[in-house]
Amino acid sequence: MRLARVVLSDPEELAAKACEIRKHIVRMVGAASSGHPGGSLSAADIVTVLYFNKMRIRPDDPKWADRDRFVLSKGHAAPVLYAALAEAGYFPTDDLVTLRRIDSHLQGHPDMNQTPGVEMSTGSLGQGLSAACGMAIAAKMDGADWRVYALLGDGEIEEGQVWEAAMTAVHRKLDNLTIFVDWNGLQIDGPVSEVKSMDRIGERFAAFGWHVIEIDGHDIPAIMGAIEEAHETFGRPTAIVARTVKGKGVSFMENEVGWHGTAPKPDQVEAALEELEGSCKGGVA
Amino acid sequence: MSKMIATRAAYGETLAELGAHDAKIVVLDADLSGSTRTGWFAAKYPERFIQMGIAEADMMGTAAGLAATGKTAFASTFAVFATGRAFDQVRQSIAVPGLNVKICATHAGLTVGEDGGSHQSVEDIALMRVLPNMTVIVPSDAAQTRWAVRVAAEKNGPFYVRLGRAAVPEIYDEEAEFELGKAKTLREGQDVTIIACGVMVSRALEAADALGAKGIHARVLDMHTIKPLDDEAVRRAAEETGGIVTVEEHSIIGGLGGAVCESVCSSAPVPVIRVGVADVFGRSGKPDELLEAYGLTAENIACAAERIINMKKTH
Repeated sequence: MRLARVVLSDPEELAAKACEIRKHIVRMVGAASSGHPGGSLSAADIVTVLYFNKMRIRPDDPKWADRDRFVLSKGHAAPVLYAALAEAGYFPTDDLVTLRRIDSHLQGHPDMNQTPGVEMSTGSLGQGLSAACGMAIAAKMDGADWRVYALLGDGEIEEGQVWEAAMTAVHRKLDNLTIFVDWNGLQIDGPVSEVKSMDRIGERFAAFGWHVIEIDGHDIPAIMGAIEEAHETFGRPTAIVARTVKGKGVSFMENEVGWHGTAPKPDQVEAALEELEGSCKGGVA
Repeated sequence: MSKMIATRAAYGETLAELGAHDAKIVVLDADLSGSTRTGWFAAKYPERFIQMGIAEADMMGTAAGLAATGKTAFASTFAVFATGRAFDQVRQSIAVPGLNVKICATHAGLTVGEDGGSHQSVEDIALMRVLPNMTVIVPSDAAQTRWAVRVAAEKNGPFYVRLGRAAVPEIYDEEAEFELGKAKTLREGQDVTIIACGVMVSRALEAADALGAKGIHARVLDMHTIKPLDDEAVRRAAEETGGIVTVEEHSIIGGLGGAVCESVCSSAPVPVIRVGVADVFGRSGKPDELLEAYGLTAENIACAAERIINMKKTH
């Protein structure tokens, strides 16, 4: 029997789901005492809209041939992906707190052979967009109508391979490919602007021939609208450049570079959950 | 042994043939399809050929994405770029997830020739062999290449097939049979074993003939599969002949010689002399001149075999 897939269309319901996903992120990274909360929290709204509104998926049949594919190119944000997959029903939410443990299927970075719903093994930055292009080329070859999404970090796009793949996507007119750049402005060694001046991200992709949409990456209706615009864009891929806040939803983590790869301590987990609980009730994260 | 054909040509022909039978096969190349001979597939099946431009890293990742959807992805460029330039992509996007990508790299080793050291991979076998999940085949002639390409297409998982630019003698007829992970015994012998791969197999046979004229009976193994290595054949060679010479168009570090030493150390330790490129990069020259200059000759192999026999006597 096929389980009913949860599809949410009300932005407030999606915001509440994103809030649940943020709580999972805090709990699982806290339980693991290691992991990357900042860039997981910044991407929570985007990933929520994909898994609970826009993507064509069957969580009880993860290998369904006609499913949409999502590639988490910034693989260190695995907690946001795992939380969304568990909430969507790919595996029990109880598994989430096993993150990074020796006996867990939830590896520190996504592993397509261990976790149901993970489409590509990632972790070494800059590689996911190439894989997403390969998937989108396969769909075109087969005349299939499933779509491919990928999420990249703003620091990640310092990797040259991203721009090789950006050329491939345009050359092959991959209009079935939509990427998000999670532009949270921070990377491990500091602000992206100081590390490698990766400003004007939208203009860069536009110069490569992409259709570019710039949005607030925490504005759920804007995320929904951008994906719809991507679906109606033909002949070229779409890059949704999303301005986000690293650590979004947990005030002491917001815009603090130290929370890129640091786990909260138990009292910090408590404080973060309390704050998120309040904002969940408020309806919008 | 009269006809000469490059293994890259046998690859191109076989790939174009396989395309007719297996619609899942897709081929990627990084602006070298004329040289790697994937262009022959492209001419027949343009809809399944993906020109990636000069972007080897992107090619490996794209091949991985295609494989993740169920395609059998053949990715070709020169060996030096496939394994060195794109090493991390081969590792993270192909080997770690064990995806069905066949890296068929041409222009391996010194016999690239005039292009020189920048283009001559002397380290590719080592780089690919060290990766978990990777199968490594180094065909010695056209017939064996045809088998290698077919077996790579049939079996699931990552493969590295090392091919050459220069024409090499045919060693096998079309009926010859090969088995993945099983050395092919070309000469029986009890005095010493020569284990060779790739273009050096024909020279190993010349060396064995020269040794035979002196009354030395050398066993010759064509170790076409470097990984998984035929440990049983290595152990038998050690126990039955008491010493081994390895021969490869690759660094003496980390390739066939390294693999045989690792194997023999844990089964039946005997003297091993590794004939190969002595931890240096190549240079420009004609293929035969280069093999001569770097000591990859039948004379050197025979000399190494006689040294092994002397070492056996003094032990």
